[in-house]
Amino acid sequence: MRIRPWVPWLYMAPALLLMGLYLVYPMATNFVYSFMDRYSKEFVGLANYVWFFNNPDTLETLYNNVLWLILFVFGVVFLGLAIAVLLDRVPYEKVSKALIFMPMGIAAVGGGIAWKFVYAYAPKGEEQVGLLNAIVTSLGGDPIAWTINQMSVFPIPSWSLNDIMIIIVAVWIWTGFSMVYCSASYKSQPRELRESARIDGANEWQIFWRITIPMMRIPLTTITVAMVTFALKLFDEVYVMTGGNFGTELLALDIYEYIWTFQHWGRASAIAVVLLIAVLPFIIYNIWDYRRRGVI
Amino acid sequence: MAKRILVRSMLHGGLLLITAIFFLPTLGLFITSFREPSVVTNSGWWTVLTDFWNVSQFTLENYFNIIEDENLIQHFWNSVQISVPATVLPILIGSMAAYALAWMKFPGRRLALVFMVVMLVIPLHITFVPILRAYLGIEDALPIQLTGSIPGLFMAHTGYGLPLAVFLLFSFMLELPKELFESAAIDGANTWQAFWRIVFPLALPGMASIAIFQFIWVWNSLLVTLIFIQPGSPKAPLNVVVTQIGQMGQDWHNLTAAAFFLIIVPMIIFFSLQRYFVRGLLGGSVKG
Repeated sequence: MRIRPWVPWLYMAPALLLMGLYLVYPMATNFVYSFMDRYSKEFVGLANYVWFFNNPDTLETLYNNVLWLILFVFGVVFLGLAIAVLLDRVPYEKVSKALIFMPMGIAAVGGGIAWKFVYAYAPKGEEQVGLLNAIVTSLGGDPIAWTINQMSVFPIPSWSLNDIMIIIVAVWIWTGFSMVYCSASYKSQPRELRESARIDGANEWQIFWRITIPMMRIPLTTITVAMVTFALKLFDEVYVMTGGNFGTELLALDIYEYIWTFQHWGRASAIAVVLLIAVLPFIIYNIWDYRRRGVI
Repeated sequence: MAKRILVRSMLHGGLLLITAIFFLPTLGLFITSFREPSVVTNSGWWTVLTDFWNVSQFTLENYFNIIEDENLIQHFWNSVQISVPATVLPILIGSMAAYALAWMKFPGRRLALVFMVVMLVIPLHITFVPILRAYLGIEDALPIQLTGSIPGLFMAHTGYGLPLAVFLLFSFMLELPKELFESAAIDGANTWQAFWRIVFPLALPGMASIAIFQFIWVWNSLLVTLIFIQPGSPKAPLNVVVTQIGQMGQDWHNLTAAAFFLIIVPMIIFFSLQRYFVRGLLGGSVKG
């Protein structure tokens, strides 16, 4: 079949046009807008960036994103891996997997509301209809307003209890994803390898660290990178649970607030650039990874 | 031997506990949505488990109330009107681009592929302000409404969804046997006939994976929706309305019913087509 040189571009034209309009043009313009005022009319130089890095609220946001980066990513990767490896040894693997994967379909809004109910709080002495406070009070403790309580749990003041409670919700949603990914990789490892290690006298712990983990290096890296970028871009779970109040703000929530609540679009664009720069190393890794696999 | 039994029971205990933790919040949501409003705040949902088969303690009242009070059918329909075009358009447009990339040799092909991957992994947040600015500019010049409109939103989702659709369909079409294309050429088919009659039907399973992933993604997508459609708007899709009900207070009977109404569609798709969803997810995990 003889193909004229412009034919492939004709097939790609609608896709390239739409991606140009909705991705390329906005990305380029966003940089320009980040140096302009709230109406995108006058240039203000670096003012939006100076503001971002000197404002206690946005700095708290950055700290919160770092906390998410650590706890959310570790939680999802560790739980997914542990569950995948352990479920491989029990007969009810399929049922457990379906139930653990289900939150992926429920997603942030449904899941956020389910957990808001788990965290529901009533003053001491009243009936606790939230599962967690019912457990706490039945053990003799005082009920806690889990999504509001800003008790500092780590040396950094903005890392508070309610941040962790929301991170748990996000981990609950995304563990299924990492479990499915890890499980597929674990099952593709030859069983004989572990069997012969067992015969040689290695215990399960040694097999896990010396055989399973090294052989899963690539899928584990892929999930970790995906979850790191996800943690930096995260919006839904926090918006549903607290609306970004009570010190639970994240970068994506700031962008939304500076677009609609405060209507300062210069600042919103600048925060988006900060987010892009934070994600950049992981974007580069992903592109490198596609090249390594020979996809591009 | 005793040690082995101990280890086994710890394994089973731990796994059952974890499975329960993953299941209980959803179960609580489900049960509460069917309980009388008066009892919801007086006793925990788990109390019904002691007398579960007593059907008289359950009611559909919350569903009827919430559907009427919040006009949920309209918002449900909005969600459908957003999600269906936002799924169909990227796949149709993307399959043409994927066809060219997978089956034709031309200068710039590699560059186009690298471009797709870069677009795939860039965070969408960086596009919001310029798109809104452009929408507002167009609204000033022409008598059309883009912000707060359903087409304004699904077109954005189409643009955002294209890199993934192109990329996954490209990988899928690459796997199709080359002989098909050659025999089509011998039969005198042109590229368009080869696309519609051979490649498109064969790529349908690949399209199904992307369709399911993209549909659930758009149905659940909260941030992109809120950027283009304000909460409180009559055009708001279901997830925005449910989030709003959630922010109004702790009416658990209404809130759980609304949440269940929201998740039922993705759940049905999800359970009937889980295999396809997982495949789309593995490819789409890096989406911006």
